[in-house]
Amino acid sequence: MGILGSYRMRWARKRLRYRAQTKRHQLRVISDRTGQIRPGDILLFSTQRNEKIRLPFFLDYYRDLGVTHFLFVDNDSTDGSAEYLAAQSDTSVWHTRASYKNARYGVDWLNHLQSFYGHGHWCLVVDPDEFFVYPFCDTRPLHALTEWLDCSSIRAFSAMLLDMYPKGRLEDQPYQSGMNPMDIACWFDGGNYTIERNPKYWNLWIQGGPRARVFFAKEPERAPALNKIPLVKWDRRYAYVNSTHMLLPRGLNLVYDQSNGEKASGVLLHAKFLDTFASKAAEEITRKQHYAESYEYRAYAERHGADTQLWCNWSEKYINWRQLEILGLMSKGNWA
Amino acid sequence: MTVGVVMLVHMALDRAEEVARHWAASGCPVVIHVDRAVPPPTYDAFVNALSDVPDICFSKRYRCEWGTWGIVGATQAASEQMLAGFPKVRHVFLASGSCLPLRPVQELIDYLDARPNVDFIESATTSDVPWAIGGLQAERFTMRFPFSWKRHRRLFDRYVRLQRVLRFKRKVPAGLVPHIGSQWWCLTRQTLSALLQDPDRARYDRYFRRVWIPDESYFQTLARKYSTNIESRSLTLSKFDIQGKPYIFYDDHLQLLRRSDCFVARKIWPQAQKLYTAFLTDEAGALRRQEPNPGKIDRVFVKAVERRRRGRTGLYMQSRFPRAEWQKGMTAAPYSMFQGFAELFENFESWLAKATGARVHGHLFAPNRAQFAAGQTAMNGALSDSAVLRDHNPDAFLANLIWNTRGQRQCFQFGPADNQAVNARICQDRNAQISVITGAWAVPLFRSNADFADLRRQAAELQKIESDHLTVLRGPLSKAKVRIWTMAEFIEAPMEPLQAILDEIGSNAPPRLSEVPRMVDLTGFGLFLQNLKNQGMHPHLMGDFPVERGTAPPQAQKTSKPYLVR
Repeated sequence: MGILGSYRMRWARKRLRYRAQTKRHQLRVISDRTGQIRPGDILLFSTQRNEKIRLPFFLDYYRDLGVTHFLFVDNDSTDGSAEYLAAQSDTSVWHTRASYKNARYGVDWLNHLQSFYGHGHWCLVVDPDEFFVYPFCDTRPLHALTEWLDCSSIRAFSAMLLDMYPKGRLEDQPYQSGMNPMDIACWFDGGNYTIERNPKYWNLWIQGGPRARVFFAKEPERAPALNKIPLVKWDRRYAYVNSTHMLLPRGLNLVYDQSNGEKASGVLLHAKFLDTFASKAAEEITRKQHYAESYEYRAYAERHGADTQLWCNWSEKYINWRQLEILGLMSKGNWA
Repeated sequence: MTVGVVMLVHMALDRAEEVARHWAASGCPVVIHVDRAVPPPTYDAFVNALSDVPDICFSKRYRCEWGTWGIVGATQAASEQMLAGFPKVRHVFLASGSCLPLRPVQELIDYLDARPNVDFIESATTSDVPWAIGGLQAERFTMRFPFSWKRHRRLFDRYVRLQRVLRFKRKVPAGLVPHIGSQWWCLTRQTLSALLQDPDRARYDRYFRRVWIPDESYFQTLARKYSTNIESRSLTLSKFDIQGKPYIFYDDHLQLLRRSDCFVARKIWPQAQKLYTAFLTDEAGALRRQEPNPGKIDRVFVKAVERRRRGRTGLYMQSRFPRAEWQKGMTAAPYSMFQGFAELFENFESWLAKATGARVHGHLFAPNRAQFAAGQTAMNGALSDSAVLRDHNPDAFLANLIWNTRGQRQCFQFGPADNQAVNARICQDRNAQISVITGAWAVPLFRSNADFADLRRQAAELQKIESDHLTVLRGPLSKAKVRIWTMAEFIEAPMEPLQAILDEIGSNAPPRLSEVPRMVDLTGFGLFLQNLKNQGMHPHLMGDFPVERGTAPPQAQKTSKPYLVR
């Protein structure tokens, strides 16, 4: 992959940005407080649909970390979450009825918003069920991390998706608005992840965890990707290719060391597997708006249904980021 | 007599103000240099804010870009102002806006009073120190550096290369021996004034203007010329990472900084409120009168460098994925793979577990499932026993298993009926200890009750697979510890190999074997092999088994327990 390959990637990137441009017409602004954004602010971008029950904790979690402005795309929610978000003092909300899938799972919408508002800012792109954990997150705010990344000339910071799940059936412990989802879903798989390098985009492709173990045990190659790069010092020339799994230009995907060292990295605690998962599954199977035709939801509904147990004897109980770093799921890298 | 503080400030002016007040409150005059890049309104506000303190003044402003002359110019100007304006000052302490005094200032004054003629400046010849950015050691004194390393890296690098090609060399001014060291020093009035008032200063300045990172070499070199008593160390604690930038101290370093007993530390994160509160207001930690000991907290930073450079061996994760060709160590710990043992001995697994204390698995790569120890369906790290998941990436499966169970030796069985995809990798792994009894796969066939035609076909297949495996093991790429015996050879004297294996696994193995595994009854095995031969399938991996004697090994004839080697 020489000059020709680089040239192709350049066009791929331009195509993605063009796509994002054309998709901007699908977004209708509900509340625009982007005037509040100050240079140096850390911005959070997210797409959501009917996640009202999760939003209060989500917003507080990231406010505590030091996110100063939230930019949401609401994909036609019916539970009042758009209104709830619009009523917050530090959010800007756009609404769309268009297809989530056609917008490549929301990436086009967010690429557009990011190129418009995110340029020159550290941008965090997460779903409402993802909670960012980074080294020293209990003692140092997110600003400490981004300043350190700036000083070290690092533009992108990876955080692998770590699926969290409760012990017992998902339905047994109902989640209530405002609760910390990790109080219920506090278990995870400590070391069953497989990694391959993607020669095209240079990113790592990580699979495994409870979803591979339970839902995809017969077809592990279809198991969802867990590698994510959610925190990027955004430039309007950048574009996410596929969810936050990889970016263009490709250099941004080199968040791993290829000789022997460890770069700093974090984890996205993925609190998807709560009692809300079951109702989501029923809805998403008919909507077919999710990755691989909602394979995961179907696998859930068909094979296990309500009796799904993700927990096993060797599940680890979540304590803090230091535990994740000892297990080798994330690293402090050069940050001390 | 007192200490004067020269402070170089370029950002976080509110913190600089706090620290300047702290110095001044303890009777130290402060001369502050503010980077010219700071916009005038901000500067004016800063000067205004400090106007109520009599012993704080401001020096002529220079543009201080990293690695350039500006910083030295600023330091010179501020030092001159200090020496001229405050005749009582005997030591001048160079600090930055992000420096924080860790001990009461009076302790520093007392410390320096006890050493009135000592200059504290880290100063070493270029050949004696490991730190160097961009691989430039002695060259920073012999080349020209007109381009900024930060803004015009490419030009910088090209110009360096060009000078190397042209063998360009600048002459170091006569009488100077280049030294480098930490930018943060504490010099006596005597040394500093001699340095600043030298009639040759213009010539030296001209030379150092084009030296790279002169703030780490100008004073360090010239101090050697004038000082009578140099202590080559900095009183300012600062730690550098592998990129050559200083580690930043945060709130969670509070205890660490307390332990260091250093007078001043940098860099402090401007928003580390806890640190500023603790060290600027709380004098409780006073009266220790100890020598500064930055070594006490070294470990944390040495480990960080180590982690960034070498990482944790055997770990594959989102931010560490070594390429095969650059990799040092493929797995986290030594492990053992046994081929043919479980076939030859009835209770090999339980015996080995008992003898070594290691975790002994069955055939981890068996076609139906990973046979974890004690029949478990999952292992540490929620590693599943599903063959499909395992075969999705067998290399990762093994690396995960060894990583997840680090601290406990892992042993597992292997054979030609198992998934052979991991062979290439295992045999390149220095951590692998591989023991093979060739041809032992025939024992289960021999003891089975299957049709002979089937047996013959299976035997041919297994022999082919094992032969290929042996070729890999004996091949040039093999880095594992490999031991291979033919079956005939092994049953002649099984004790010695077993003892050798146990010795290697070490741990809590007894010095001598006290119990050995029970060998299966091999009566008639030689005949079985002969039958295979008669059917045209020549089993050669077992070694020579005489038809008649090809019975059980001599030891196992009467009793099920072989002799002990004593």
